[in-house]
Amino acid sequence: MSKRSILDNELLQITLDRLCQQLIENHDQFEESVILAIQPRGVIVGERIKSILEKSLKKKVAFGHLDVTFHRDDFRRKEAPLKANATIVPFIIEDKRVILVDDVLYTGRTVRAALDAMIAFGRPKDVELLALVDRKFGRDLPIEAQYVGKEVICLETEHVQVDLHEENKGEDKIWLVTNNDKK
Amino acid sequence: MQSQLSVKHLLGIKELKKEDIQLIFETADQFKLVLNRPIKKVPSLRDITIANVFFENSTRTRLSFELAEKRLSADVVNFSSSSSSVKKGETLLDTVNNILAMKVDMVVLRHSSVGAAHFLARNVNANIINAGDGTHEHPTQALLDAFSIREKLGEVAGKKVCIFGDILHSRVALSNIFALQKLGAEVMVCGPNTLIPKYLGELGVKIEYDLKKALQWCDVANVLRIQLERQTIKYFPSLREYSLYYGINKELLDSLNKEIVIMHPGPINRGVELSSDVADSHHSIILDQVENGVAVRMAVLYLLAGKQGQ
Repeated sequence: MSKRSILDNELLQITLDRLCQQLIENHDQFEESVILAIQPRGVIVGERIKSILEKSLKKKVAFGHLDVTFHRDDFRRKEAPLKANATIVPFIIEDKRVILVDDVLYTGRTVRAALDAMIAFGRPKDVELLALVDRKFGRDLPIEAQYVGKEVICLETEHVQVDLHEENKGEDKIWLVTNNDKK
Repeated sequence: MQSQLSVKHLLGIKELKKEDIQLIFETADQFKLVLNRPIKKVPSLRDITIANVFFENSTRTRLSFELAEKRLSADVVNFSSSSSSVKKGETLLDTVNNILAMKVDMVVLRHSSVGAAHFLARNVNANIINAGDGTHEHPTQALLDAFSIREKLGEVAGKKVCIFGDILHSRVALSNIFALQKLGAEVMVCGPNTLIPKYLGELGVKIEYDLKKALQWCDVANVLRIQLERQTIKYFPSLREYSLYYGINKELLDSLNKEIVIMHPGPINRGVELSSDVADSHHSIILDQVENGVAVRMAVLYLLAGKQGQ
Protein backbone atom coordinates (compact mmCIF):
# COMPACT_ATOMS: atom_id res chain seq x y z
CA MET A 1 0.00 0.00 0.00
CA SER A 2 1.40 3.39 -0.94
CA LYS A 3 -0.08 6.84 -0.52
CA ARG A 4 0.51 10.29 -1.89
CA SER A 5 -0.75 13.59 -0.51
CA ILE A 6 -3.10 15.55 -2.77
CA LEU A 7 -4.19 18.34 -0.41
CA ASP A 8 -2.65 19.49 2.86
CA ASN A 9 -3.06 22.19 5.51
CA GLU A 10 -2.30 25.34 3.60
CA LEU A 11 -3.69 24.31 0.25
CA LEU A 12 -6.85 22.98 1.93
CA GLN A 13 -7.45 26.38 3.54
CA ILE A 14 -7.09 28.11 0.15
CA THR A 15 -9.49 25.59 -1.38
CA LEU A 16 -12.10 26.08 1.37
CA ASP A 17 -11.80 29.88 1.03
CA ARG A 18 -12.35 29.61 -2.71
CA LEU A 19 -15.41 27.36 -2.25
CA CYS A 20 -16.87 29.91 0.16
CA GLN A 21 -16.32 32.74 -2.32
CA GLN A 22 -18.14 30.72 -4.95
CA LEU A 23 -21.00 30.06 -2.54
CA ILE A 24 -21.33 33.76 -1.72
CA GLU A 25 -21.28 34.55 -5.45
CA ASN A 26 -24.34 32.33 -5.95
CA HIS A 27 -26.14 32.77 -2.65
CA ASP A 28 -25.32 36.40 -1.81
CA GLN A 29 -26.42 36.97 1.82
CA PHE A 30 -27.63 33.39 2.41
CA GLU A 31 -31.11 34.68 3.20
CA GLU A 32 -32.92 31.68 1.78
CA SER A 33 -29.97 29.30 1.75
CA VAL A 34 -29.06 26.53 4.18
CA ILE A 35 -26.12 24.14 4.48
CA LEU A 36 -26.91 20.46 4.98
CA ALA A 37 -23.79 18.42 5.69
CA ILE A 38 -23.71 14.66 5.24
CA GLN A 39 -22.60 12.55 8.25
CA PRO A 40 -19.95 11.84 9.27
CA ARG A 41 -17.12 13.65 7.49
CA GLY A 42 -19.21 16.05 5.43
CA VAL A 43 -20.17 17.61 8.75
CA ILE A 44 -16.54 18.49 9.53
CA VAL A 45 -16.07 20.04 6.08
CA GLY A 46 -19.45 21.79 6.47
CA GLU A 47 -18.56 23.22 9.89
CA ARG A 48 -15.39 24.76 8.44
CA ILE A 49 -17.24 26.24 5.49
CA LYS A 50 -19.89 27.60 7.84
CA SER A 51 -17.33 29.35 10.03
CA ILE A 52 -15.56 30.93 7.02
CA LEU A 53 -18.91 32.08 5.59
CA GLU A 54 -20.04 33.51 8.93
CA LYS A 55 -16.79 35.44 9.24
CA SER A 56 -17.11 37.08 5.84
CA LEU A 57 -20.91 37.57 5.90
CA LYS A 58 -20.88 38.65 9.58
CA LYS A 59 -24.08 36.69 10.25
CA LYS A 60 -25.26 33.22 11.20
CA VAL A 61 -25.68 30.65 8.46
CA ALA A 62 -28.31 27.90 8.90
CA PHE A 63 -26.55 24.54 9.27
CA GLY A 64 -27.84 21.00 9.59
CA HIS A 65 -26.51 17.44 9.85
CA LEU A 66 -27.97 14.78 7.60
CA ASP A 67 -27.45 11.08 8.26
CA VAL A 68 -28.17 8.83 5.29
CA THR A 69 -27.64 5.40 6.92
CA PHE A 70 -31.32 4.37 6.79
CA HIS A 71 -31.65 5.51 3.17
CA ARG A 72 -28.64 3.71 1.72
CA ASP A 73 -29.25 1.31 -1.14
CA ASP A 74 -26.48 -1.10 -0.05
CA PHE A 75 -28.10 -2.11 3.27
CA ARG A 76 -27.96 -5.94 3.55
CA ARG A 77 -25.59 -6.03 0.59
CA LYS A 78 -22.54 -4.95 2.55
CA GLU A 79 -20.54 -6.99 5.03
CA ALA A 80 -21.67 -5.05 8.10
CA PRO A 81 -24.31 -2.37 8.40
CA LEU A 82 -23.06 1.15 9.09
CA LYS A 83 -23.67 2.76 12.42
CA ALA A 84 -26.22 5.56 12.33
CA ASN A 85 -25.36 9.15 13.28
CA ALA A 86 -27.63 11.98 14.29
CA THR A 87 -29.71 13.91 11.80
CA ILE A 88 -30.17 17.46 13.07
CA VAL A 89 -32.14 19.81 10.85
CA PRO A 90 -32.90 22.91 12.97
CA PHE A 91 -34.72 24.80 10.20
CA ILE A 92 -37.57 24.39 7.72
CA ILE A 93 -36.38 23.04 4.36
CA GLU A 94 -39.54 23.98 2.48
CA ASP A 95 -38.67 26.51 -0.26
CA LYS A 96 -35.07 26.90 0.91
CA ARG A 97 -32.00 26.71 -1.32
CA VAL A 98 -30.11 23.71 0.05
CA ILE A 99 -26.37 23.16 -0.29
CA LEU A 100 -25.43 19.54 0.42
CA VAL A 101 -21.84 19.12 1.64
CA ASP A 102 -19.75 15.96 1.61
CA ASP A 103 -16.04 15.16 1.74
CA VAL A 104 -15.68 12.85 -1.27
CA LEU A 105 -17.98 12.40 -4.27
CA TYR A 106 -17.43 9.07 -5.98
CA THR A 107 -20.27 6.76 -7.08
CA GLY A 108 -22.95 9.31 -6.23
CA ARG A 109 -24.92 6.76 -4.18
CA THR A 110 -24.44 8.61 -0.88
CA VAL A 111 -25.75 11.79 -2.49
CA ARG A 112 -28.74 9.87 -3.87
CA ALA A 113 -29.48 8.62 -0.35
CA ALA A 114 -29.00 12.15 0.99
CA LEU A 115 -31.55 13.57 -1.46
CA ASP A 116 -33.96 10.88 -0.32
CA ALA A 117 -33.31 11.62 3.37
CA MET A 118 -33.65 15.36 2.79
CA ILE A 119 -37.04 15.13 1.07
CA ALA A 120 -38.47 13.78 4.37
CA PHE A 121 -38.08 17.31 5.74
CA GLY A 122 -39.88 19.14 2.95
CA ARG A 123 -39.58 20.36 -0.63
CA PRO A 124 -36.61 22.66 -1.13
CA LYS A 125 -36.49 25.35 -3.82
CA ASP A 126 -33.34 23.86 -5.25
CA VAL A 127 -30.43 21.67 -4.19
CA GLU A 128 -26.73 22.04 -4.95
CA LEU A 129 -23.82 19.84 -4.05
CA LEU A 130 -20.43 20.78 -2.68
CA ALA A 131 -17.73 18.10 -2.58
CA LEU A 132 -14.26 18.69 -1.16
CA VAL A 133 -12.88 15.97 -3.45
CA ASP A 134 -14.48 14.82 -6.69
CA ARG A 135 -13.33 11.42 -7.94
CA LYS A 136 -14.02 11.72 -11.63
CA PHE A 137 -15.02 8.75 -13.78
CA GLY A 138 -16.46 6.53 -11.04
CA ARG A 139 -20.06 7.62 -11.05
CA ASP A 140 -22.86 5.02 -10.91
CA LEU A 141 -25.56 7.69 -11.03
CA PRO A 142 -26.09 10.93 -12.96
CA ILE A 143 -24.99 13.22 -10.11
CA GLU A 144 -22.51 16.11 -10.34
CA ALA A 145 -21.23 18.65 -7.84
CA GLN A 146 -21.60 22.42 -8.48
CA TYR A 147 -18.73 23.25 -6.13
CA VAL A 148 -15.62 21.09 -6.22
CA GLY A 149 -12.56 21.51 -4.00
CA LYS A 150 -10.25 19.25 -5.94
CA GLU A 151 -10.79 16.94 -8.87
CA VAL A 152 -8.99 13.62 -8.70
CA ILE A 153 -8.59 11.11 -11.45
CA CYS A 154 -7.79 7.69 -10.08
CA LEU A 155 -8.13 3.97 -10.61
CA GLU A 156 -10.67 1.67 -9.02
CA THR A 157 -7.88 0.12 -6.95
CA GLU A 158 -7.09 3.51 -5.43
CA HIS A 159 -9.09 5.40 -2.85
CA VAL A 160 -9.19 8.85 -1.34
CA GLN A 161 -8.47 9.09 2.37
CA VAL A 162 -9.51 12.24 4.18
CA ASP A 163 -7.76 13.00 7.49
CA LEU A 164 -9.11 16.10 9.22
CA HIS A 165 -7.75 17.39 12.50
CA GLU A 166 -11.20 17.41 14.17
CA GLU A 167 -11.27 13.64 13.88
CA ASN A 168 -7.80 12.46 14.78
CA LYS A 169 -6.14 15.56 16.24
CA GLY A 170 -3.36 15.27 13.65
CA GLU A 171 -2.80 17.47 10.62
CA ASP A 172 -5.25 18.02 7.80
CA LYS A 173 -4.25 15.84 4.90
CA ILE A 174 -5.99 14.27 1.97
CA TRP A 175 -4.32 11.21 0.49
CA LEU A 176 -4.61 9.15 -2.64
CA VAL A 177 -4.04 5.60 -1.46
CA THR A 178 -3.00 2.86 -3.86
CA ASN A 179 -3.94 -0.60 -2.72
CA ASN A 180 -1.49 -2.98 -4.38
CA ASP A 181 -2.59 -6.16 -2.61
CA LYS A 182 -6.06 -6.50 -4.08
CA LYS A 183 -6.27 -6.09 -7.79
CA MET B 1 -17.04 0.18 17.70
CA GLN B 2 -19.62 -2.60 17.36
CA SER B 3 -22.01 -2.04 14.48
CA GLN B 4 -23.93 -5.28 14.46
CA LEU B 5 -25.63 -7.63 16.88
CA SER B 6 -24.00 -10.84 18.07
CA VAL B 7 -27.27 -12.77 17.59
CA LYS B 8 -29.39 -13.75 14.57
CA HIS B 9 -32.66 -13.88 16.50
CA LEU B 10 -34.00 -11.90 19.43
CA LEU B 11 -35.20 -14.72 21.66
CA GLY B 12 -34.49 -13.26 25.07
CA ILE B 13 -32.38 -10.71 26.88
CA LYS B 14 -30.44 -13.61 28.42
CA GLU B 15 -28.76 -14.30 25.05
CA LEU B 16 -27.75 -10.65 24.48
CA LYS B 17 -24.47 -9.02 25.43
CA LYS B 18 -24.29 -5.63 27.10
CA GLU B 19 -22.81 -4.24 23.86
CA ASP B 20 -25.81 -5.53 21.88
CA ILE B 21 -28.19 -3.65 24.16
CA GLN B 22 -26.13 -0.48 23.84
CA LEU B 23 -26.09 -0.78 20.05
CA ILE B 24 -29.88 -1.21 20.03
CA PHE B 25 -30.22 1.93 22.19
CA GLU B 26 -27.90 4.02 20.00
CA THR B 27 -29.81 2.93 16.89
CA ALA B 28 -33.15 3.58 18.62
CA ASP B 29 -32.00 7.14 19.43
CA GLN B 30 -31.76 7.80 15.69
CA PHE B 31 -35.12 6.18 14.96
CA LYS B 32 -36.70 8.31 17.65
CA LEU B 33 -35.52 11.35 15.69
CA VAL B 34 -37.04 9.85 12.54
CA LEU B 35 -40.37 9.36 14.36
CA ASN B 36 -40.51 13.04 15.24
CA ARG B 37 -40.09 14.21 11.65
CA PRO B 38 -42.92 15.29 9.36
CA ILE B 39 -42.31 12.14 7.28
CA LYS B 40 -41.85 9.33 9.79
CA LYS B 41 -40.58 6.72 7.41
CA VAL B 42 -37.28 5.37 6.10
CA PRO B 43 -36.83 2.91 3.23
CA SER B 44 -34.35 0.53 4.94
CA LEU B 45 -36.46 -2.67 4.97
CA ARG B 46 -38.36 -2.14 1.72
CA ASP B 47 -37.30 -5.58 0.41
CA ILE B 48 -38.28 -7.46 3.58
CA THR B 49 -41.54 -9.15 4.54
CA ILE B 50 -42.39 -9.64 8.20
CA ALA B 51 -45.12 -11.83 9.69
CA ASN B 52 -46.57 -10.91 13.07
CA VAL B 53 -47.71 -14.24 14.47
CA PHE B 54 -49.74 -13.76 17.65
CA PHE B 55 -51.12 -16.76 19.51
CA GLU B 56 -52.08 -14.54 22.45
CA ASN B 57 -53.98 -11.27 22.74
CA SER B 58 -52.06 -8.03 22.54
CA THR B 59 -52.78 -4.37 21.88
CA ARG B 60 -49.57 -2.43 22.45
CA THR B 61 -46.99 -4.95 21.36
CA ARG B 62 -48.71 -5.90 18.12
CA LEU B 63 -49.52 -2.32 17.13
CA SER B 64 -46.05 -1.20 18.11
CA PHE B 65 -44.36 -3.92 16.04
CA GLU B 66 -46.64 -3.26 13.08
CA LEU B 67 -45.95 0.48 13.18
CA ALA B 68 -42.21 -0.12 13.56
CA GLU B 69 -42.28 -2.43 10.52
CA LYS B 70 -44.27 0.05 8.45
CA ARG B 71 -42.04 2.97 9.43
CA LEU B 72 -39.11 0.91 8.08
CA SER B 73 -41.04 0.28 4.81
CA ALA B 74 -41.27 -3.50 5.34
CA ASP B 75 -44.24 -5.47 4.03
CA VAL B 76 -46.34 -6.76 6.90
CA VAL B 77 -48.73 -9.69 7.29
CA ASN B 78 -50.66 -10.24 10.49
CA PHE B 79 -51.77 -13.51 11.93
CA SER B 80 -53.80 -14.11 15.04
CA SER B 81 -54.66 -17.58 16.20
CA SER B 82 -58.30 -16.86 16.99
CA SER B 83 -59.20 -16.46 13.31
CA SER B 84 -56.90 -19.11 11.84
CA SER B 85 -56.56 -22.78 11.04
CA VAL B 86 -54.88 -23.33 14.43
CA LYS B 87 -58.44 -23.86 15.59
CA LYS B 88 -58.60 -26.78 13.13
CA GLY B 89 -55.58 -28.45 14.77
CA GLU B 90 -52.56 -27.20 12.82
CA THR B 91 -49.28 -27.26 14.78
CA LEU B 92 -47.12 -24.20 15.45
CA LEU B 93 -44.33 -25.47 13.20
CA ASP B 94 -46.71 -26.22 10.31
CA THR B 95 -48.39 -22.85 10.66
CA VAL B 96 -45.11 -20.96 10.58
CA ASN B 97 -43.64 -23.06 7.76
CA ASN B 98 -46.71 -22.33 5.67
CA ILE B 99 -46.30 -18.63 6.32
CA LEU B 100 -42.60 -18.85 5.39
CA ALA B 101 -43.43 -20.72 2.18
CA MET B 102 -45.04 -17.48 1.06
CA LYS B 103 -41.53 -15.90 1.20
CA VAL B 104 -41.50 -14.20 4.58
CA ASP B 105 -38.12 -13.11 5.98
CA MET B 106 -38.81 -12.42 9.64
CA VAL B 107 -41.31 -13.67 12.18
CA VAL B 108 -42.46 -11.81 15.28
CA LEU B 109 -43.93 -14.47 17.57
CA ARG B 110 -46.07 -14.29 20.66
CA HIS B 111 -47.07 -17.60 22.19
CA SER B 112 -48.37 -18.83 25.53
CA SER B 113 -45.78 -21.63 25.76
CA VAL B 114 -42.36 -21.01 27.26
CA GLY B 115 -39.62 -21.49 24.65
CA ALA B 116 -41.89 -21.25 21.59
CA ALA B 117 -39.60 -18.69 19.94
CA HIS B 118 -36.49 -20.78 20.71
CA PHE B 119 -38.19 -23.82 19.19
CA LEU B 120 -38.99 -21.91 15.99
CA ALA B 121 -35.48 -20.46 15.75
CA ARG B 122 -34.07 -24.01 15.77
CA ASN B 123 -36.53 -25.32 13.21
CA VAL B 124 -37.23 -22.66 10.61
CA ASN B 125 -35.14 -20.51 8.33
CA ALA B 126 -36.07 -16.93 9.28
CA ASN B 127 -35.12 -14.33 11.87
CA ILE B 128 -37.32 -14.84 14.92
CA ILE B 129 -38.25 -12.07 17.32
CA ASN B 130 -39.82 -13.13 20.58
CA ALA B 131 -42.76 -10.87 21.42
CA GLY B 132 -43.47 -12.80 24.61
CA ASP B 133 -43.36 -16.54 25.31
CA GLY B 134 -45.60 -17.55 28.21
CA THR B 135 -44.14 -16.57 31.57
CA HIS B 136 -40.56 -16.63 30.23
CA GLU B 137 -39.26 -13.56 28.37
CA HIS B 138 -40.51 -10.44 26.60
CA PRO B 139 -37.24 -8.94 25.37
CA THR B 140 -38.48 -5.89 23.45
CA GLN B 141 -40.51 -4.76 26.48
CA ALA B 142 -37.41 -4.94 28.69
CA LEU B 143 -35.39 -3.05 26.07
CA LEU B 144 -37.93 -0.26 25.84
CA ASP B 145 -38.23 -0.11 29.64
CA ALA B 146 -34.47 0.26 30.04
CA PHE B 147 -34.37 2.73 27.13
CA SER B 148 -37.04 4.83 28.85
CA ILE B 149 -35.11 4.79 32.15
CA ARG B 150 -31.97 5.85 30.28
CA GLU B 151 -33.90 8.67 28.60
CA LYS B 152 -35.48 9.88 31.85
CA LEU B 153 -32.50 9.53 34.21
CA GLY B 154 -29.55 9.83 31.82
CA GLU B 155 -28.27 6.31 32.38
CA VAL B 156 -29.27 2.90 33.70
CA ALA B 157 -26.02 1.97 35.45
CA GLY B 158 -26.11 2.54 39.19
CA LYS B 159 -29.87 3.16 39.31
CA LYS B 160 -32.13 1.30 41.72
CA VAL B 161 -35.11 -0.29 40.02
CA CYS B 162 -37.86 -2.18 41.81
CA ILE B 163 -40.37 -4.39 40.01
CA PHE B 164 -43.72 -4.63 41.81
CA GLY B 165 -46.52 -7.16 41.62
CA ASP B 166 -47.01 -10.52 39.97
CA ILE B 167 -43.38 -11.54 39.43
CA LEU B 168 -44.23 -15.25 39.25
CA HIS B 169 -46.31 -14.99 36.07
CA SER B 170 -44.45 -12.11 34.45
CA ARG B 171 -42.23 -12.44 31.39
CA VAL B 172 -41.66 -8.69 31.62
CA ALA B 173 -40.11 -9.12 35.08
CA LEU B 174 -37.59 -11.76 34.00
CA SER B 175 -36.51 -9.88 30.86
CA ASN B 176 -36.26 -6.67 32.85
CA ILE B 177 -34.09 -8.31 35.50
CA PHE B 178 -31.65 -9.57 32.84
CA ALA B 179 -31.56 -6.26 30.95
CA LEU B 180 -31.17 -4.03 33.99
CA GLN B 181 -28.45 -6.21 35.51
CA LYS B 182 -26.51 -6.31 32.23
CA LEU B 183 -26.64 -2.52 32.12
CA GLY B 184 -25.39 -2.23 35.71
CA ALA B 185 -28.56 -1.33 37.63
CA GLU B 186 -29.55 -2.73 41.04
CA VAL B 187 -32.79 -4.70 40.91
CA MET B 188 -35.35 -5.44 43.63
CA VAL B 189 -38.68 -7.22 43.38
CA CYS B 190 -41.63 -6.55 45.67
CA GLY B 191 -44.92 -8.37 45.95
CA PRO B 192 -46.83 -10.87 48.03
CA ASN B 193 -44.79 -13.91 49.04
CA THR B 194 -46.94 -16.22 46.91
CA LEU B 195 -46.20 -14.26 43.71
CA ILE B 196 -42.41 -14.21 44.07
CA PRO B 197 -40.67 -17.29 42.63
CA LYS B 198 -38.72 -19.35 45.13
CA TYR B 199 -35.31 -19.21 43.43
CA LEU B 200 -35.36 -15.59 42.29
CA GLY B 201 -32.72 -14.60 44.85
CA GLU B 202 -30.20 -16.69 42.91
CA LEU B 203 -30.32 -14.15 40.07
CA GLY B 204 -28.83 -11.59 42.47
CA VAL B 205 -32.12 -9.74 42.93
CA LYS B 206 -33.16 -8.18 46.25
CA ILE B 207 -36.53 -9.31 47.59
CA GLU B 208 -38.81 -7.09 49.68
CA TYR B 209 -42.34 -7.78 50.86
CA ASP B 210 -43.10 -4.32 52.24
CA LEU B 211 -44.39 -1.92 49.61
CA LYS B 212 -43.34 1.25 51.41
CA LYS B 213 -39.80 0.07 52.14
CA ALA B 214 -39.36 -0.92 48.49
CA LEU B 215 -40.61 2.46 47.26
CA GLN B 216 -38.32 4.17 49.74
CA TRP B 217 -35.34 2.26 48.26
CA CYS B 218 -35.88 2.64 44.53
CA ASP B 219 -35.36 5.39 41.92
CA VAL B 220 -37.68 3.67 39.48
CA ALA B 221 -40.83 1.65 40.23
CA ASN B 222 -41.88 -0.69 37.43
CA VAL B 223 -45.38 -1.81 38.36
CA LEU B 224 -46.82 -4.99 36.83
CA ARG B 225 -50.37 -6.15 36.34
CA ILE B 226 -51.83 -9.09 38.25
CA GLN B 227 -52.14 -11.75 35.53
CA LEU B 228 -55.37 -13.41 36.62
CA GLU B 229 -55.56 -15.27 33.30
CA ARG B 230 -52.40 -17.22 34.12
CA GLN B 231 -53.32 -17.96 37.73
CA THR B 232 -54.83 -21.42 38.16
CA ILE B 233 -55.01 -21.22 41.95
CA LYS B 234 -55.67 -18.31 44.29
CA TYR B 235 -52.43 -16.59 45.31
CA PHE B 236 -54.07 -13.90 47.47
CA PRO B 237 -57.52 -13.55 49.03
CA SER B 238 -58.97 -10.86 46.74
CA LEU B 239 -58.00 -8.05 44.36
CA ARG B 240 -59.32 -5.62 46.97
CA GLU B 241 -56.93 -6.97 49.56
CA TYR B 242 -54.05 -6.97 47.06
CA SER B 243 -54.76 -3.36 46.28
CA LEU B 244 -54.76 -2.45 49.99
CA TYR B 245 -51.31 -3.93 50.52
CA TYR B 246 -49.62 -3.46 47.13
CA GLY B 247 -51.60 -0.75 45.32
CA ILE B 248 -49.60 2.46 44.77
CA ASN B 249 -51.58 5.65 45.33
CA LYS B 250 -50.93 9.38 45.53
CA GLU B 251 -50.86 9.66 49.35
CA LEU B 252 -48.28 6.91 49.56
CA LEU B 253 -46.02 8.61 46.97
CA ASP B 254 -46.44 12.00 48.65
CA SER B 255 -45.48 10.51 52.02
CA LEU B 256 -42.16 9.34 50.56
CA ASN B 257 -41.14 12.91 49.83
CA LYS B 258 -38.74 12.03 46.97
CA GLU B 259 -38.51 11.92 43.21
CA ILE B 260 -39.57 8.58 41.80
CA VAL B 261 -40.26 7.34 38.28
CA ILE B 262 -43.36 5.18 37.80
CA MET B 263 -43.45 2.72 34.90
CA HIS B 264 -46.02 0.16 33.77
CA PRO B 265 -45.82 -2.16 30.76
CA GLY B 266 -49.61 -2.03 30.27
CA PRO B 267 -52.40 -2.88 30.30
CA ILE B 268 -53.07 -1.03 33.58
CA ASN B 269 -55.75 -2.21 35.94
CA ARG B 270 -56.56 1.20 37.37
CA GLY B 271 -57.38 1.04 41.06
CA VAL B 272 -55.62 -2.30 41.55
CA GLU B 273 -51.83 -1.93 41.19
CA LEU B 274 -51.88 1.81 40.41
CA SER B 275 -54.44 4.43 41.32
CA SER B 276 -55.52 6.76 38.50
CA ASP B 277 -53.95 9.86 40.06
CA VAL B 278 -50.54 8.07 40.07
CA ALA B 279 -50.87 6.67 36.55
CA ASP B 280 -51.58 10.17 35.23
CA SER B 281 -49.12 12.05 37.48
CA HIS B 282 -45.83 13.69 36.52
CA HIS B 283 -44.01 10.70 38.05
CA SER B 284 -45.41 8.41 35.38
CA ILE B 285 -43.54 7.77 32.11
CA ILE B 286 -46.03 5.15 30.94
CA LEU B 287 -46.85 6.88 27.66
CA ASP B 288 -43.16 7.62 26.98
CA GLN B 289 -42.61 3.87 27.27
CA VAL B 290 -45.20 3.31 24.53
CA GLU B 291 -43.63 5.96 22.30
CA ASN B 292 -40.14 4.54 22.83
CA GLY B 293 -41.45 1.06 22.07
CA VAL B 294 -41.77 1.86 18.37
CA ALA B 295 -38.24 3.30 18.13
CA VAL B 296 -36.70 0.37 20.04
CA ARG B 297 -38.53 -2.20 17.89
CA MET B 298 -37.43 -0.38 14.74
CA ALA B 299 -33.84 -0.66 15.97
CA VAL B 300 -34.21 -4.40 16.68
CA LEU B 301 -35.79 -5.11 13.28
CA TYR B 302 -33.23 -2.98 11.45
CA LEU B 303 -30.24 -4.57 13.16
CA LEU B 304 -31.53 -8.13 12.71
CA ALA B 305 -32.31 -7.49 9.05
CA GLY B 306 -28.75 -6.23 8.64
CA LYS B 307 -27.53 -9.65 9.74
CA GLN B 308 -29.61 -11.37 7.10
CA GLY B 309 -27.68 -10.60 3.98
CA GLN B 310 -24.60 -12.38 5.31
